[in-house]
Amino acid sequence: MSQLPLRAQLASALGRTAATLSRATGRGDGSVIGGRVGLMLEPDLLRQLAADRRLALVSATNGKTTTTRLIASALRQLGEVATNAFGANMPAGHVSALSSAKEAPYAVLEVDEKYLPEVLDTTQAGVVCLMNLSRDQMDRAGEIWLLAQKWRRALASQPTLVIANCDDPLVAWAASGAARVSWVAAGQRWREDSWCCPECGGPLDRKGADWACRECAFRRPTPSWVLDGEDVIDPRGQRWRLDLQLPGQANRANGAIALATVAAFGLEPGHAILGLREVTSVAGRYTTVERDGRSLRLLLAKNPAGWLEAFDVADPTLPIILSVNAQGPDGRDTSWLWDVDYRVLMGRPVLVTGERRRDLALRLYVAGVPFQLCDSFGQAAAMLPPGRIDVIANYTAFQQIRTEFGRAE
Amino acid sequence: MTSHLRLVWIYPDLLSTYGDQGNVLVLEQRARARGMSVETVHVRSSDPVPEQGDIYLIGGGEDRPQILGAERLRRDGGLQRAIGRGAALLAVCAGYQIMGTVFGGEEGQPVPGIGLLDISSGRGERRAVGELAAEVDPALGVPMLTGFENHMGVTRLGPGVRPLSRTIVGTGNGDGTEGCYAGKVVGTYLHGPALARNPALADLLLVWAVGPLAPLDDTWYQHLREERLAAVLPS
Repeated sequence: MSQLPLRAQLASALGRTAATLSRATGRGDGSVIGGRVGLMLEPDLLRQLAADRRLALVSATNGKTTTTRLIASALRQLGEVATNAFGANMPAGHVSALSSAKEAPYAVLEVDEKYLPEVLDTTQAGVVCLMNLSRDQMDRAGEIWLLAQKWRRALASQPTLVIANCDDPLVAWAASGAARVSWVAAGQRWREDSWCCPECGGPLDRKGADWACRECAFRRPTPSWVLDGEDVIDPRGQRWRLDLQLPGQANRANGAIALATVAAFGLEPGHAILGLREVTSVAGRYTTVERDGRSLRLLLAKNPAGWLEAFDVADPTLPIILSVNAQGPDGRDTSWLWDVDYRVLMGRPVLVTGERRRDLALRLYVAGVPFQLCDSFGQAAAMLPPGRIDVIANYTAFQQIRTEFGRAE
Repeated sequence: MTSHLRLVWIYPDLLSTYGDQGNVLVLEQRARARGMSVETVHVRSSDPVPEQGDIYLIGGGEDRPQILGAERLRRDGGLQRAIGRGAALLAVCAGYQIMGTVFGGEEGQPVPGIGLLDISSGRGERRAVGELAAEVDPALGVPMLTGFENHMGVTRLGPGVRPLSRTIVGTGNGDGTEGCYAGKVVGTYLHGPALARNPALADLLLVWAVGPLAPLDDTWYQHLREERLAAVLPS
């Protein structure tokens, strides 16, 4: 922190200048360019910036931005927290986050799944929390069994405390080689990537939340924290009502993981929960934008598991607009649309837009879900009567809507 | 025309990584739209493959599930017997490679396939990721293929199979062809919803299984095909 070597201080300062310039010229929020500049001048910068802090890394396919926000919000009760709030979750973003809060004794960093081994090795983080692994943008993200194996190797070689969701077999397998694990039963809605044992490939038998391999000894670890409906049960058996402002079961799961994580920093659930409740929206997700008498609630869904979570939050009595793109950050392959079961939308007005609306239109047609195709998001909104409307969009489609409708948080 | 169609989806628990369910759903939809009743069996890798299906489907997956899938299919023998009695098969990506005599494992080591197609596959130098367009063998009467590939495989076709298509855009088998067929067995590198982008290929499988078909309203299929082909074909 304040004892950074001169070179690192300079690298960190120049990185912040680059970030400021980037923001001032309207190129972005600056969190990536600033970190890149810093790392160019001092490749060891991330390690130096992370040293002497109490650091948690957060990784998963879904929910890492939200969980990072929840943990940071709770930890602020203990002191200043450095965090990558803009979702810049690779090393340049981490450098930027840590540079901009140099005196913060605590840090919570969202980490891209692929970068977790590298970032853990560099930062020697004391806590790593892992929520779920499922198929996601396979044209660029790689394969999840392989990813779980890389996590497992990285965690086995560190003294880190791992906070892990024992309801996701791939996560449980990745974490089970670690020296210390605090298991959280946070649930698993999407199961299509975990019917087989990650240890031996045998079939996993599932009964409720419990699972066990039919052929080897690998089975669900016993949790010390349990998400039970609206409540989290802590290791002493005490029950805490979450009452989050963020909607849905997936966010309650994120909340349970956050409580277990901040407990590792010495923060009791009774205090921590107050911090979790302060979080109302995360990078525009769950926010409502207004136009011409229409209140549009924005839900982000980037992969099949994310769509299930969004369906859980969407109101079945409301019309819904779906928008799908396939730019680089979305994954250029739209195959995943066929992994999502859209029949849950039957009975509500469904409007389809986005750059890959024809992919989605055919998907809905084959599923027998009636829909209307719209050339633009604005046209879709205008076609619906004034009132509340749900919107589910994938990454760049979501950003386009936010740009058009303003970035109010 | 048969009024009942039996679809068998092999090992969705291991090999269903890239929207492979799409091929099942498209066949179901196109059969039902023609008045057929459809029965679909999802066969987990711990269960035997039933032999009485009309069309079998197997999808894509990672290296380890691919090796496990090949071992189990070899041990089970159900799929081989079904094809032996004349059933049709669509094999995609990892599933396509399994149908050959050999494919490359996670370290590039040779792993035996089940030998339903006269092909052998290995690992290429770099990953082929992106849109693909290809001219289908005129003997099949299917218009241009469109789809998405994502694999490191290189597949050599033996004399016992014919190329399914010749690539215009994309990598496919790696030698200017994409996929192959022999009898009623079709293999392709195109991902799970290949039949959504190529409804005529879906109908080819249905014709093999049940005989001549009535035409369908393909508006939504055609919208998507036209958009994708326009996006990738050189103008």
